This record gives sequence, structure tokens and C-alpha cells, in this order.
Amino acid sequence: MASLKQRAVAVYGWFEQRLGLGTPAIEAATHEVPSSTSSWWYVFGSAATVILVLQVVTGILLALVYAPTASNAWTSLEFLDHNVKLGWYLRAMHGWGSDFMVAIVLIHMVQVFLFGAYKFPRELTWIIGVFLLLLTLGMAFTGQVLRFDQDAYWGLGIGASIVSRVPIIGGALVNLMLGGPIIAGPTLSRFFALHVFVIPGILLALVGLHLLMVLRLGINEWPMPGRLVSKKTYAEDYHKLTVKTGIPFVPDAAWKDAVFAAAIMLAIMACAFWFGPFGPSGQPDPTIIQTAPKPDFAFLWIYAVLAYLPPSLETPVLFIAPVLIIAAMLLLPLVSGEGEKHWSRRPVAVLMVAVIAVTLGAFTRLGMYTPWSPVMDAWTSNTIPAAVLKDRTPLEREGALVFQNKQCRNCHAIGGAGGMRGPALDSIASRMTEDQIIRQVLQGGGNMPAYGNALSPSETTALVHFLLTLRGGHLAPATDASQQLLPSTTPPNKEQ
Amino acid sequence: MEPDTNNPSAPQPTADPAPNPSSAGHSRRVFLFKLSLLLNGAVGAVMAVPILGYLLGPSLKKPSAENTWIDIGPIADFPEGETRLVNFRNPVTTSWDGQTGDIPCWVRHISGNSFQVFAINCAHLGCPVRWFAQSRLFLCPCHGGAYYEDGSRASGPPERGLFEYQHKIAANRLTIFAGKMPTLAAGNCTKPPLTHIQAAPAEAALSPETDRPQPKDSQWPA
Repeated sequence: MASLKQRAVAVYGWFEQRLGLGTPAIEAATHEVPSSTSSWWYVFGSAATVILVLQVVTGILLALVYAPTASNAWTSLEFLDHNVKLGWYLRAMHGWGSDFMVAIVLIHMVQVFLFGAYKFPRELTWIIGVFLLLLTLGMAFTGQVLRFDQDAYWGLGIGASIVSRVPIIGGALVNLMLGGPIIAGPTLSRFFALHVFVIPGILLALVGLHLLMVLRLGINEWPMPGRLVSKKTYAEDYHKLTVKTGIPFVPDAAWKDAVFAAAIMLAIMACAFWFGPFGPSGQPDPTIIQTAPKPDFAFLWIYAVLAYLPPSLETPVLFIAPVLIIAAMLLLPLVSGEGEKHWSRRPVAVLMVAVIAVTLGAFTRLGMYTPWSPVMDAWTSNTIPAAVLKDRTPLEREGALVFQNKQCRNCHAIGGAGGMRGPALDSIASRMTEDQIIRQVLQGGGNMPAYGNALSPSETTALVHFLLTLRGGHLAPATDASQQLLPSTTPPNKEQ
Repeated sequence: MEPDTNNPSAPQPTADPAPNPSSAGHSRRVFLFKLSLLLNGAVGAVMAVPILGYLLGPSLKKPSAENTWIDIGPIADFPEGETRLVNFRNPVTTSWDGQTGDIPCWVRHISGNSFQVFAINCAHLGCPVRWFAQSRLFLCPCHGGAYYEDGSRASGPPERGLFEYQHKIAANRLTIFAGKMPTLAAGNCTKPPLTHIQAAPAEAALSPETDRPQPKDSQWPA
């Protein structure tokens, strides 16, 4: 055995003499870090790196089978799912890995922000990190396109429509993005090149830089309230801290990174196993229009924002907001590179994180159930609750039929079933008078189309009579307050 | 291999192993190095021309060059008063486009020789709009854009009505001028976008549930 060990050392020595990589690598791994940084809060960066390796490996494995052409991509995914042994599992790991990657990168960013780690001298590390976030999102988007299904096809349509709004060069940019006049073969090839060569290349290079800078500048020490960062004294203070409390990164601090990375890998594997791969949804055939395209999880909030922006604000917001947000992130360390690091003394920073997290969370939640979208099949799939029809006149029941046949249900719920685009109508007659209902139905307004052309007078009468029965049980019917204010000499009959 | 004695640049055994370059020789080498940088810069610039041309090629095409007249069927296929979905093969395709080369559009036969042909793509963000004959509306599944039967905007986030293809009738067949995905930049815009920054009319104050009236007068019942 001893001779085997000696031989192994000799082989290592042979390579080390020629490569000379071992010694600096060991030095880097065992460099001293402040003992306070051996924390479960400091594990997210390394976890993201481990997921990156997983994504590269699973991505290469998928590329062994995937056919990056518009005519065959979808079929090759089906083939991977059903005909290639464990192909579904590799797809699932790559897909879940992507979601975990975005999540971990965001958590890492929040941690770095709250711990003030972006301050002097680590400004550039943060700036590169911002680009890494953008590249990660770029990988998520292009990866979704490579899953060339209905969502990918119409997602590209949404992308092209957004790009087309760029002033002056919008048309040229659309052509550049699609690689042709329509979303087709050249479009997928472009996104394949981006997802497989261009973005990963830049991503890996920047991750290398990011890591080198962490080694060169040292990991951010655990912030203490009142210990201010000053460009004059920081390097010396950090050095003293490292000398005083230093522990070798490997193994004293790195075991936590390793444990967390293993936990994340297990979580990805478990999600992949239990929930399986994402899609592909329907074939990328634009003639199949019975579809409700939706982006992947990381972009649902943008999808929701696009539904809620007022039309006149949409284009400016689409192009100005991202520039401002990215510029703010890039400039953050340059503007506030000194001073307090501890979150307890940076209430604005904490508040910002909270507001941004709640905002993104709320929009993502909305994006999951898209209340702004008509439910396209509600008029044929949701019946009128029997209770609403009980003891009604034939005219009112005829109105219920009109209500159903004219697809009102696609936007208006009754009895909890139907679209959420317009208000639920269970108690509409307690809020609107007959005249107001007629006006609203015929002329529309308030985000409702006018139905004057789609309803005959008799249909309108029946519909309105039905709607007037909807008073949420026994609420009082709505009244026109202006009528009540009239002098009592006027009889309370209708004369308008 | 034998040493190449004919190559004058091969290292001469008589050369000084530790040369102490004179300042004249040093500046000559620096000059040559700078010259080599310049040379590579020039080569790079020349090389960039075809690369950029290749890369930007698709974006330099004129939109009109990609549209052609496409026959989408005999007029008899489109009953008067109805709006029907028609698929056509895009005129510009590659053999590996597969189904993505099939493009749908909505054909509305108003009456006689009067037609409207709408793009499938919502004017908001390009999702496929669906026609609901009963309520005479096009609805978009993505963000809920709604259009009237004549393609004008009814409600929702779109800034304008549906994109319309130019069409003509020849020998009782309907042809449309298509080939390029309709977007706000593609020039399919036949009507200017609606302006939405307008003061709400005073009457809206009477009923808080109603917004400003739709600007499309033809849709009004009276």
C-alpha cells in the first residue's frame, strides 16, 4: 500500500512539476478567512456555482439528443421524454436546475446587499454580479425558447412585439431577433447559439472573474453595527481581522458550503423526480390558436406587469424602467461604497428589499392565475348556478341564456365560476340600476367592450332583466340617488 | 529534424545568449510591435465587414421585400357576414421551418366584395387572438385585449386595432399581401394608434363604473 501511495505522490509530482497548478490551488483553497464568515448565510454563491456546473453537464447531455431545428425540436423533446432512457429525468434536472439557479442567484444577491458586501473594495465584484444575474435570466429565457413548444413560439412573438416598439430601429431589431420575416427555423437556431455558446461563454468567463475577485479581495466580513467602511482604513482593518480570527477556508468554513450545495442538489434531483420535466406543451404550430401562452416562472411578474400597465405608459415603461433598474444596480456600489454595512443601520436598504420582494411576489402570483385574461371556455364549461334561476320569470331565464351565449361569462364570474377580468356579477343589481346596466352593456367602458352591435333589443331586455335579479341573496336593489333628491311632488315612477 | 540552415531567422548558435539590446534596437522592436498591432487592427477591421454583414443581414432587409401576394382561397369559402380562420404557408420559409411556416389569419367577409383580413397577432404583444362570433369580439388569451368585429380596439392593453393585411380579389379568389410577422414596426399599421391620454368626459362622473366612451363611433348603438 505504501508503494501505491508513493507512486501516486510521484505521479502528482510529475504533473505538478509541469503544470504548477496544485500549489496555488491549495493555497487558494486554504487561504485564511475571518471566522465570522463561516456562516450559513455565506453559502449561496458557491451553491450557484455548483448549480452552474450541473446545468453545463445536463445541458451537454441534452444536446446529445436535442435537434435544434424548428421542424424537429419539439419532436426531439418528446423523443427525449418517452424514447430515451432517463431522458425525461435529464430534462427535468436541467429545467429545475434553471429555476433553482434563478432563485439562488437572487437570494445570493439579497444577502450580499443586506450584508453591505458590495461596498469598498468589492464594488466591481457586485457590478460583475449584476451582469451575472442578467446572463442567468438570459439563459432562463433562451432555454425556454429551446423548449420549442406553443409557449416558446408565442413567447418569441411577445419578445418580437416588445422589441418592435423600440423607436426607429425597432423593425431592424425584430429582424435581427427572428433571423427572418417570421418566427421560424432561423429564430430557433439563433436562440440555440445564444443559449449554448454565447451566453454560457460570457457567463463562465464572468463567474471566473467573480471568483478570482472574491479570492483576491477576501470574503466580506460579517458586518457589525457601527463598524464603518472607509477606503483609507478598510484594507488594514480587514487584514487585522483576518490575522486575528482567521481560519482556513478549506476545511473550516467550506464544509457549510459543501453541505448546502449537496442539499440543493438533492432538492433539484427530488423536484426533477417528483414533478418531472417542464413541458413541452403543444406543438409550435401557430395555426393551433387554442392556447394561452405563459412564460416560465422567472418571467411571470413581467407578464403580469404588461397586463396592468396603462396602454399609453407601456412603451415608455418597457424601455425606460429596465435601463433605470439596471443602472441603479450597477451604480449602487459606486454611489454608496463606504459607510455602514450592517442591515440594522440601513433601514432604507431593508425596506427596499422588502418592497421589491413583495412586489415581485405579488406580480408573480397574479401571473400564475392571470385574472386579467378572459377564460376562453367559461361560456361553454361553467353552468349558471341553479339557485340563481330559481323562481325566475321566463324572460329572466332567457336573459341567463343570453348571458351565457354572449360569452359574458368569459370575463364575469357568477357563483365563483367564470372569468375575473370584469367584476363578479353575483350582486350587480345591488350596485347598478337598470339604466346603468343597460348603458354599461350597450356602450361598454371601464375596460369593457360595447355590446351594442352584438345584442338585439330583445336580447338586451332579457339580459338586463336577468342581471337585475342578481342581488347577492337579498341585498337591496341599487337606486338612483339623484331621483330621490327630487322634490316629493315628482311621483317615483320612471320618466327619464 | 535537422536544423534548417537555409532559414536566416533560425537562431544562430553564435548569437549572444543574453543580449543587451541597444536602445536603437529596442526602439526598432517596439516600433515593429506597434506596427504589428496596427496590422492586426487593420486585418480585424477588414474581417469585421463580412462578419457584421452576415450578422446584420436579416435586419437590413426592407420589410416590403418580404411581403408577397398570397392566394388564400375562393371567395365562396367565406360566407357573407362571417369571420373565418384561414391558414396559409408563409412565402418565405426554409425547409426546416416545419409547422412554424404555417400562418393563420382571420378573414371577415362584410358583404359583396368587401373584406377585411386580420393578422392573428394581437396588437399588444403578438399573442393569437380568437374570434367569438356570438359576442362579435376578438379576444386575446395573454393579457385580455379585445377587439370589435371590424378589428378596432374594444378594451384591454392594446394601443390600437388589429393588424390588417392588404387584400385584393382576382378571379373570385382572395389574395393577401403577407409574409412578415405583423408588429408595430412592420408597417402593417393601416390605422394610427388610438390616443389614450384624453380627459374623461364629464358624464363619466355620473357613473363611476363607466370609463370614457370608446372612440370608435361606429360601434355605438345610437
